[in-house]
Amino acid sequence: MKPFSFSKSDKVSKALSAKKEAVQFLAGGTNLVDLMKKNIAVPDGLIDISAVLSDKVEAQTVNTRIGAMVRNSALATDPQILAKNPLVAKAVLAGASPQIRNMASTAGNLLQRTRCPYFYETSTPCNKRNPGSGCSALHGEQRMSAIIGYNDACVAVHPSDLCIALAALSASVNVTDKGNKQLVIPFKDFHKLPESTPELDNHLPKDAIITSVDIPDNPFNKHFAYLKLRDRDSYAFALVSVAAALELEGNRIKDARLASGGVAHKPWRWQKAEQYLKGKEANAATFSAAAAMVADEVKPLPGNGFKKVMLMGAIETALQNCLTA
Amino acid sequence: MNGKNFYSRRFFLKTSGALAALAAIPATVKSFYLDAKRLIIPPRQKQPLIVKVNKQTHRLEADTRTTLLDLLREDLHLTGTKKGCDHGQCGACTVHVNGERVLSCLTLAATLPGKEVTTIEGLADGDQLHPMQEAFLECDGFQCGYCTPGQIMSAVACVKEGHTKSVAEIKEFMSGNLCRCGAYNGIVESIQKVAK
Repeated sequence: MKPFSFSKSDKVSKALSAKKEAVQFLAGGTNLVDLMKKNIAVPDGLIDISAVLSDKVEAQTVNTRIGAMVRNSALATDPQILAKNPLVAKAVLAGASPQIRNMASTAGNLLQRTRCPYFYETSTPCNKRNPGSGCSALHGEQRMSAIIGYNDACVAVHPSDLCIALAALSASVNVTDKGNKQLVIPFKDFHKLPESTPELDNHLPKDAIITSVDIPDNPFNKHFAYLKLRDRDSYAFALVSVAAALELEGNRIKDARLASGGVAHKPWRWQKAEQYLKGKEANAATFSAAAAMVADEVKPLPGNGFKKVMLMGAIETALQNCLTA
Repeated sequence: MNGKNFYSRRFFLKTSGALAALAAIPATVKSFYLDAKRLIIPPRQKQPLIVKVNKQTHRLEADTRTTLLDLLREDLHLTGTKKGCDHGQCGACTVHVNGERVLSCLTLAATLPGKEVTTIEGLADGDQLHPMQEAFLECDGFQCGYCTPGQIMSAVACVKEGHTKSVAEIKEFMSGNLCRCGAYNGIVESIQKVAK
């Protein structure tokens, strides 16, 4: 690890003014410290902001506000989250291990880097780690790679589970920028596709701090499911994951949310399938048709064709699980 | 040639001159190396640190890069906490910070002031083992023993959190601790025994 300076901040504004180029903010550290050990992140300094950010979940008039510093384990057991947004708790518990969830913050979860094996293997080219060097996964091992929204520059996927639920529930991200200005970024616009800048994972302005995440009040706390398929039963990143939620009137679907992880550079909403589900009867035939619509949209790489079939099954199962939840 | 002639005055002068020259070279090379190092490699940054481990307060100075794991093992000589992968993938380094299980390999020591750390060494009460330690002995919760301190720290937390309602739940909430020997059945049994 490269030597670095370390300081603790007690105010967001102080942390922002102390932030220099090549200095990074530290919250839970579960991703950043690991990246520093591997010399993928090489900051000159760290500013510990864990004390300056809220670690509370608050009910507000039309939404639930999750403080940036709410640890994953606290989020998954918070009574308000369990009552109003249980899908979020389900997704959080599908990720990482109890030890990591005790450390990792909500905002840090949004900012975690990809788990593409080539990003971590510093002896191989990777446009995300070393812009312009090329993409090793494009002609390499693609088990963990994208099936939609990728390009020749990068086929990496976003690794979060929490973010898939937040995308499905149309959350928004509250940010304070370097000039102390407050910004609200809709969740769908927070993460980005690789485009020509695969080294950037999201649209968080430079040197800005995420202060909280808002989830609008929604009717999706009764019929929901989070299904994660991976290489072992627990403590592994998703091959594909599905967050599904239905609002039902009798047996008719009034509204639907469907999002996936492990498929793209950002949490992916299946909007066509959501539209299709609205107004339909909630049954196996409807779910299977929705899954087929999703399958039509994806374009697997030569090495991960299995993900298309896996995703179809995952979507059908997740929607079915919504009815028994 | 006899021995007396071999060590002549001329020989002595030549060799001692050569030795003096040899001794001078490393000094210049070393200072050049140090100058270059200062330019290329940023110097390590040390900070005073107060940490509370197993109810004992330690005052020391540590490199900002030091993880809690290395601090425990290298500075405080508490080697019960084990280094497995050092990347947050195996759970061997699990300790408690403020009573919650965390990974010491991903915790920077600099973030610890004001917090309380408990390691496997702090679990027993004198010669009286913690019930979880007893249970691991009784239920064969280990084979080689390398992952055991991490397993036990995690198991104690797992019981405290109340994630022991079924074998499936125990397995899910112990999934952050890998055991290459595969002593999982014994570990689950140990946890069930203590949870009763």
